Amino acid sequence: MSLFLQQIINGLTLGSIYGLVALGLTLVYGILHIPNFAHGALYMVGAFMSYFFMVDLGAHYWVAMAGSAAVVAILAILCERLVFHPLRHSPPIHDKIAAIGILLFLEAVVQMFWGSDFRRMSSPYSGILNFDGLIIPEQRLLIIAGAFVLVVALQLFLRRTMTGATIIAMAQSRDGAFLVGIDANRVAMMTFAISGILAAFAATLYAPINLVYPAMGHLVIMKAFVIIILGGMGSVPGAIVGGMIIGFAEALGGFYISTSYKDIIAFGLLVLILSVRPQGLFAKGAH
Amino acid sequence: MFKLASLLMTPAAKYLMLAFAVLFPLVATNEYQVYVMATAFVWAIAVYGLNIITGFCGQLNLAHGGFFAIGAYTLGLLTADYGWSFWPAFAGALVMTAVLGFLVGIVSLRLKEHYFAIFTLCVGFIIYLLIDKWEELTHGAIGVRDIDAPYGFGLVDFTDTTPFYYLVLGFLVFAIWFMGRLSKSLLGRTFIAIRNGDELAQSLGINLMRNKVLAFVLSTTYAGLAGALYAGMVRFIGPEEANVQHTFDMITYLLVGGIGTIMGPLLGTIGLVWITQSLQFLEEYRMIIFGPLLVLLVIFFPRGITGSFLTWMHRKSQALAPAKKRQANKVNTGQSREAESNA
Repeated sequence: MSLFLQQIINGLTLGSIYGLVALGLTLVYGILHIPNFAHGALYMVGAFMSYFFMVDLGAHYWVAMAGSAAVVAILAILCERLVFHPLRHSPPIHDKIAAIGILLFLEAVVQMFWGSDFRRMSSPYSGILNFDGLIIPEQRLLIIAGAFVLVVALQLFLRRTMTGATIIAMAQSRDGAFLVGIDANRVAMMTFAISGILAAFAATLYAPINLVYPAMGHLVIMKAFVIIILGGMGSVPGAIVGGMIIGFAEALGGFYISTSYKDIIAFGLLVLILSVRPQGLFAKGAH
Repeated sequence: MFKLASLLMTPAAKYLMLAFAVLFPLVATNEYQVYVMATAFVWAIAVYGLNIITGFCGQLNLAHGGFFAIGAYTLGLLTADYGWSFWPAFAGALVMTAVLGFLVGIVSLRLKEHYFAIFTLCVGFIIYLLIDKWEELTHGAIGVRDIDAPYGFGLVDFTDTTPFYYLVLGFLVFAIWFMGRLSKSLLGRTFIAIRNGDELAQSLGINLMRNKVLAFVLSTTYAGLAGALYAGMVRFIGPEEANVQHTFDMITYLLVGGIGTIMGPLLGTIGLVWITQSLQFLEEYRMIIFGPLLVLLVIFFPRGITGSFLTWMHRKSQALAPAKKRQANKVNTGQSREAESNA
């Protein structure tokens, strides 16, 4: 029983991280209809920035997280301004190729500065809590709590503030948003910044129980894509629910079926679902 | 596009290039150069495959490197583990990639645009994971050794670089010839109609699914052909062959050369392979250049070398129009068709 609960905690942890990454991806898709393949690279840069602030500059974990979020947000805005904005009238295949270009570039730059070694990042929360035989590392609790706080904050921002409302308006109808005088450039930049911040937070939360290396974004971004297809592209609740589904499937599947094939589970699930329902599981009711 | 061959490549220019390719081993100063050229040809064949599904049919297939690896592994495993000789195993590799391409195609091509790209990205990753983890079949991370070289029927020894170079050249010429025929055929035009708009193509009575699957199978077979040749040349392969990086490399080659053109894949691949080879420091960090290059290309030159060259030719011929009116008109029709199909 406690082993099963352990897997539930693992599933929640993974689901929280995947959910955060998928949220950024789905927001950008909702606004600009770009599948941002470079999002995984932003996640990776987020982890490296935190690593840099903590190890090289000796900053505290939370300071490093904030610094990393700021850097990645600026990077995301630059991507929007320099790459996606000029391509807004191009055929969709060009956006995808440009996103791949950004991904390749960021990875190569990080590899040039830090090499392709696997690095460990410590966190001040390395203790372990023991609830009557159920062992929970503090960092995992922090991830779950952190993701919860971020999702609630994002919801409040989108639903309760005027700026947030402009993002939702633009996702619902581009033309409608223009008609009521919403500045598309501002919304696009803001959406990219939010997606970058979420990616940096997710990476900094997850890095202490994982490793930091240039290719760390590959699997995460592909799973995030699986999630937003499951949840309906552009849907915020869909990203969270989808994240949890994939997180639990992976934790339980990895434990009860096979650890070496646990990464295939998410993709197998995707193939299965898209074979039956090409439009995704919850395609209706987006936004 | 259909006038492309006659525009960019007058028959004379085409034969000149072929003559250069045939004579290349004689002018090369060392064997390594011949080897690099053969490698470039192998990749060019795979890029032609990508050109069919992505350039002609407009579907961004991100599993292409995976099918390359399937071709390489089918040949490698059949010769190294199951005692097949090279040519039957070679045929086996083609059949395998075609069949798997068909199966992946009928599932993935029901998806549109972004969904298709994401789905194939995942398929490519599944192929990589299977090769890496399924140790009983693929030897996992150790890779496959002792792959047979092509059997020369006692006439030639393909373990030498130069005979192998000519073998690859033969396949490349066939691949390009087939591509040229395809682009002029009804089937090729059908693919382009699909790229220009699903609904429009459908309203013309085109069976979308059948044609897309056909384009996909053709493209994976090209990838399998290239992969099998690669395995026969390198004779040692590992899971890295299925790395998504190879797919990204091929997209770069295709874009630089000119997506949806006949000569683009060849020019892009040979050019970039030689540039990376001659700048050794680029080998590891080539993506620092390739990444921004991809972005700049799609923003400023979405039609690559070949396409941009054609636009330039078109402008020039318009400037000379009064003097050579008849000729310009001829070029013009070719150009406008080219522009249409590249839109």
